[in-house]
Parts: sequence; structure tokens; C-alpha cells
Amino acid sequence: MHMADALLSPAVGVTFWAGTIGTIGYASKKLKEHLDDRKIPLMGVLGAFIFASQMINFSIPGTGSSGHLGGGMILAVLLGPHAAFLVMASVLTVQALFFADGGLLALGCNIWNLGIYPCFVAYPLIYKPLAGDGRSAQRILVASLASGIVGLQMGAFSVVLQTLLSGKTALPFGTFLLMMQPIHLAIGIVEGFVTAGVIHYVRAARPEILDSSASTAPLAAGISLRNVLIGFVALAIVTGGALSWFASAHPDGLEGSIAKVTGKRELPEQEHGIPAALKSVQEKTAFLPGYGFKPPANEPKAKKEAPSWPAVDAGTSLSGLIGGVLVLAVAFGIGWLIRAFRGKNTA
Amino acid sequence: MSFEAAYSGIGRLDRLSYRDTVVHRLDPRAKVVATLLFVVVVVSFPKYEVLSLFPFFLFPVLMAALGDIPAGFIAKKVVVVSPFAVFVGIFNPLFDPSTVAIAPGVSVSAGWVSFASILVKFALTISAALLLIATTSFPGICRGLRRLGLPALFVSQLLFLYRYLFVLMEEAMRVVRARDMRSFGKRGAGVRVFVRIVGTLFLRTVERAERIYGAMLARGFRGDVPSMRREALRPSDAFFVLAAGCFFALCRFVPVPQMIGRLVRELAG
Amino acid sequence: MSHHLLEFRDVRFRYPDGTEALKGVSFLITHGESVGIVGANGAGKSTLLLHMNGHLLPTSGGVTVGDVPLRKETRPEIRRKVGVVFQNPDDQLFMPTVFDDVAFGPLNLGLPPDRVRERVHAALRQVGALTLADKPPHHLSGGEKSAVAIATVIAMQPDILVMDEPASSLDPKARRAVIGLLNSFAHSKIVASHDLDLILDVCARCLVIRDGAIVADGPAAEILSDATLLAENNLELPLTLQGRPAGEGTRR
Repeated sequence: MHMADALLSPAVGVTFWAGTIGTIGYASKKLKEHLDDRKIPLMGVLGAFIFASQMINFSIPGTGSSGHLGGGMILAVLLGPHAAFLVMASVLTVQALFFADGGLLALGCNIWNLGIYPCFVAYPLIYKPLAGDGRSAQRILVASLASGIVGLQMGAFSVVLQTLLSGKTALPFGTFLLMMQPIHLAIGIVEGFVTAGVIHYVRAARPEILDSSASTAPLAAGISLRNVLIGFVALAIVTGGALSWFASAHPDGLEGSIAKVTGKRELPEQEHGIPAALKSVQEKTAFLPGYGFKPPANEPKAKKEAPSWPAVDAGTSLSGLIGGVLVLAVAFGIGWLIRAFRGKNTA
Repeated sequence: MSFEAAYSGIGRLDRLSYRDTVVHRLDPRAKVVATLLFVVVVVSFPKYEVLSLFPFFLFPVLMAALGDIPAGFIAKKVVVVSPFAVFVGIFNPLFDPSTVAIAPGVSVSAGWVSFASILVKFALTISAALLLIATTSFPGICRGLRRLGLPALFVSQLLFLYRYLFVLMEEAMRVVRARDMRSFGKRGAGVRVFVRIVGTLFLRTVERAERIYGAMLARGFRGDVPSMRREALRPSDAFFVLAAGCFFALCRFVPVPQMIGRLVRELAG
Repeated sequence: MSHHLLEFRDVRFRYPDGTEALKGVSFLITHGESVGIVGANGAGKSTLLLHMNGHLLPTSGGVTVGDVPLRKETRPEIRRKVGVVFQNPDDQLFMPTVFDDVAFGPLNLGLPPDRVRERVHAALRQVGALTLADKPPHHLSGGEKSAVAIATVIAMQPDILVMDEPASSLDPKARRAVIGLLNSFAHSKIVASHDLDLILDVCARCLVIRDGAIVADGPAAEILSDATLLAENNLELPLTLQGRPAGEGTRR
């Protein structure tokens, strides 16, 4: 569910980083205004707690597969949306560095996908209204399930959008959705149950923890937050689309994505084999006829048989191959030499 | 990855980050900026570009060699986190079957080329990220981020998280071990037990936070976590960023492998 | 010439849930003393300690440190005079490096950076941890953590050093090092512990607390050799005072 650098384009990556950094700044400022000093160590240690908890897996009944905790919702209930967002952002940052989960450019997307939607959308707009005053276990369960599912669906959809806007994949929109959304529906349901379970446990053992947090998460903030959030999402999509449009002047495949939205180009028909089967799946799942993100290189050169991207001829390719191998050999050779030299010195 | 494996992986990376080599001594800001530049330039390559990416391997290779980071360790970590990228990328050959000649007489579907591009970009970007943390202690990175403008509140969160990361992981590991020792097969590892484990850990965490807060108050804490360091950028740091930036720009816009290959062929007659 | 340093006057404390943890505690500690506090679990040792730096405020009665009475507003001043080292060093070391932890207190006191550096180096040197300055706390051993935790407090140069179970999770060597350290300090000391041998080694005076009240107050050597008194408080004679009969259970 984490985005990876290799699937991103600079435009999408930088745009989402801008949105994430802006939100971090906003949340920090908002938090500082009413911050209870006790929250400072609490947030940090809860971040470590979420990190450690995510490493514990449990088996999901009936499926035999294992699940993990997300944590965004629990944090939002316990700390309020701003603090929860900062904690999630810090957890994801540590994961990006120590686990290389996705990469540094993708971190901006990941914080957005796994932090904004649970904390600033699912929590204020779904959890809080449904959970009410937090005393009924049933309402908490419903609220947790609903917000868990919605939060994760939004996050998964976001990943699909980011990947497709980046244009490095040939996966059609519908197929990608079909792969991502159902899985994350299941994950969302499990997360909802776990969230409700933990809240219930904490309420039974130390109810004052929950009561104090409930009072510090002002509902009024949720309303203006929603406007801000809608603004951010719209900005991200518009900017991403606009930048992609500019980038479509370059032969890196994004033009195909945008062109697809207008439904102008088509894949040359493939009659047999896997592509045909997948195309039929794709056609069945596409919610706009003719809508799908297809490899752009094919359309302009649909008439040619041979190379499908510009400026490739056998001569250059061979030189390129030779040069490529040499470059790799030199690069790794330098590394090996440095280590050998250092080894001799320290031996 | 099992809990224990993940824990020791992080531990090793963490210990590596405190070593003292020429790379470790570079200012964290310089390394963060250079790495981000690297990643952005690498992913800016078009979908089907593979060979022109090869010169970029010099960056992680040099960082690893000069920083005395074991290559196999990094390589293994790159492989371990590759599933999602591979999973998405593997569909490229399926959905992009138009053929392309990559060498005289050899042709392959364009999808395989774009898949290869994804893999190479993945190896480059992930190894660069790992080498950043392997050659810069996490607190160092945080201090660098603070100097680069990130809010102080967020940075102090990162630092607290890092400080108690290993403490919490150990606590969690103890509980998980206890659970595993007492569950024979899958019965014990279900959702209910998980919820109880997480709930208990959570309460212990809250209690710990209260004790920490008490210790902070006892030493005069009034709301702002004080910091003292004022490290200035040195010429070597600026040189590093400049040199790296120029190298990335060069390799981005000049097809180095092609040129070298052509040169070799001309020399070979 | 001694003067009053820490005074408890009929201090009572009730927790929010109704538990009466302190029921009229009174004692006086003068400058330069080293005092041990012993008692059964739940007797009120920790609660007593938490009043000494104002972490808890008495429900009734008064606490005075030097000439400053403990009130909500005077807590910062009290905390300058009374340094408390809590039981778990992991709770005490919350900064990214040892240096940052030891500097935390002096920085909060408002000292300028070079004075802070001086204090940090002096404190670390005193506990023998100067080489650890750039390490993160989670890379330290238990003994090293305890030493650094003490350094974080003495860097503030308090009048009194209060310690809760200073050697509870340490191996014998580290424990011996802490005892030596405590004995080398010129500060007035208050040590709460189950480790009666440590109290014997470090403290000249001893208070016994039971059910929230002081039941004995006198020279440590006397109190800690009173087997009946100790037994009444779920305690035993310090191991060094328990003569071990030769032959019984000894290895050949």
C-alpha cells in the first residue's frame, strides 16, 4: 500500500510533498496554539508504540493471512487529528528511512495517503459523528469500521491515482482499482475491528485517557478543516494534472494518460493471449467506456512495426549496451577498489 | 519479515549510522539535499529509459564504499522491500506488448523495458535512501531537517519517537514472544489476543509518557525542548552537494553509456 | 554549622481515587546529611519522594526546601534545589544523545551555551561517563544509563540529591560503581531503596515508613540492625549483617 519512488514521476512526487509539508506546518501551528505540555512526550512515545505495534502480526480469522495495524484512527481518537497526523507522519518517516518503505520521494505521497485521509477526513467526518460521546461500545464499533474502511479506500484510491498520473506503469485504471480496492476493503474492516477493540480495552482500564482527548478535539475545527482539506485535494489533483500536461511535451508517457481521459486514443487490437484476456477484464471494469490508461508509446507509432520509442536504431542500441555494461563495471569497480584499499589500511 | 529480523535489521542500520567516516562527517543537510536531488533526477527519466540510468549507480556505490557500509546488507534490504514495485511493474509486459529492438537481432516487448526501468529506478532510489540513514545518525538527520525549515514541534516528535523506538520494540517483542510461546499453532495469534496485546502496550506507553513528563518537569521543562547545536556548513559539504548535483545533471542530459559505447566501438575499429 | 534544608510538617496526601498515601509525615533534614528511606512496598516511599520536588502537592501540611515553601508557583524554584533521579533510567534519558540529556537541565535554567557545556562536561566527568557524550541512550548499558541519569540531575547543581532505587536493575559491578559515586558526592542525599546494604553503605541516617507514616528515624546502623523493626516492615537485616553459618549451603 506504500507508494514507491520507482513508480512516481517528479511532478506527482513533488506536488504531494508540497501538500504534505504544508499540512505538517499547519498541524504543528494549530497544535502549538492549544498544546498541553504533557502531549509532547506522549506523542513521541505513542509514535514508537505504533511503530512497534505495526511489527506485530496477527492471523485474520477465516483467511489464513496475516494482518497489521495501521494506527491512524486510534491516534486520531486519542490525540485529536492534528497531533495524530504529526505522529503518523513521524512513524512513516522513520519507516521510510529504516525500512526503505517506498523511498524518500514517495514519503510525501505516503504521509498524505496514510495520514491525511484517516486524520482529517475519516476521523472528523465519519468517526466523530458516528461515535457521539464515545460511551456506547456499539457506536464505537460502527464508527471505527466506517472510518477505517473509508480512510483506507481513499488511501488506496490515492495510490492508484498517483501511480497512473506518474505514467510509469502500463496498468489500466480499472484493473489497478480492482486489485487495490477490495484488498483494502478487507484491511479496512480488520483495522476497524482492531481500533474498536483497543478503544474498548482502554476505556475499560483507564477511561480518563479517552475523556481528556475527546475534549481537546474541537468539532468546530473539523468544519474549517474540511474546507482546507477539500482545497488541498483539489489543488493536488489540479496541480498534478497541470504539471503532467506540461510534462506531456516530453516523451515519457504521460500524454497517454491525459489523452485517455478524453477518450481519443485506442490500443491496437490484440486478438489473442493474455493481453486480450486482460483487455476484456479491463473493459468490463472500466467505468467509462474507452477509459483506461494505456501505454502511450503505442498510439503515435501504431502504424510502425518496429521500435516504439523515438531515436532508437540498432547502432545506438549496441553502443548503448556496451557503454552501459562498461559504466556499471566502472561504477562497481570503483566501489570494490575503495573497499579493498580501506580493508588493507585497517587490517 | 519476522519481528526479530526487523528489529535486528533496524538495530544494525542504527549502529552503522554512528560510525566515523568521511561520509558520516558530512553535514546532514548536505546529504539529505543530495539524496533528494538524486531521487528526483532518477525518477525524472522517461518510462523506457534503462541504460542511461546506469551511471547513477556511482552515487550509492561511492556513499557505501567511502562510508564503509556492507554492500550485501544494502542489497538484501533493497530486495526485501521490492514486492509492491515488482507487483505493479510486472503488469507492464502484460499490458504493453508492442515489440522493440534492443540490440541487432534481439527484440523484446516494450513492457519488459519499462519494467526493467522501474526495477533499476527502484534499486537506485531505495539504496540511496538506505545509505542516507546508514551514513547519518537519525538525530543528525532530524537536526538537519530542523535547520532546513521543518517545524520544531514535528522534529522533536521525530526525536522522541527515535529515542523510544528500541525501548518499545523490546517491550513489544517480549509480549509477542510470550504470546508465541503459549500459542501452539495459529490459535493464539488471532485478533482478540492482538487487541489485548496492543491495548496493554498502549496503556504501558501512556504510563511511561507520564513518567517521562515527570522527569522533564523535574529538570525545569516549561514547554519548549531546548537545543544548542549550531553547526555551520563547511566548504566540503557545499562541494559535495555541488559535485553531486553536477554529476546528476550531466548524466541526466548526456547519454553517457551511448557515448562510451560508441567510443569503444570506434577504438575497436 | 547546619541549617534546615528539607522539612516536612505533618504532610498528608490523598490520591484522587481516595487512597490516603501519607498520613501526617514530619521530619527535618539538615545540610550535608545522607538519609535513607526504607519500608514495605506500598508504604508510601514513592509518594514521599514525589513531594520533595513538587511533583505532588500535599493535601494538607507543608513542605519547605531551604527557605522556600512548596506551593504551585514555587515549584520551579524548588526543582532547582532538589534533584530527583527516578527509578527507571529510560524514563530519565529522553533526549537523542547523552550530551543533550545532561544539557537539558542547565539549558532550562537559562544558562548560556558555554556555561552549559562546562556543566555537562563536569557532570559527565564526575560520573565517569565523559566518553559517552555523543552516544544515544539506547546504546548504553544499564550501568552506564544509571550513571548518566545521575549526571543529568547533578548538572543542575541541586542542593539535595534524591534517588529512588538507584541500583535496582544493575549488576553487582555497576551497583558497586553507583555506591562509590554516591559516596563521592558532597550533596545532601536522600535515597529510597529496598537494597538495605546500599543504604548502609551510603546513608548515615534512616527513616522507616509504614502505611504513610514515619515509624522510625535514627542512625542507619541502629535501625538496620533492629531485626524486629525490620520484620514488622516486610524487611530483613541487610545481607552484610546476616551472619551466614559456614557449611550450610556453601559450595565445596
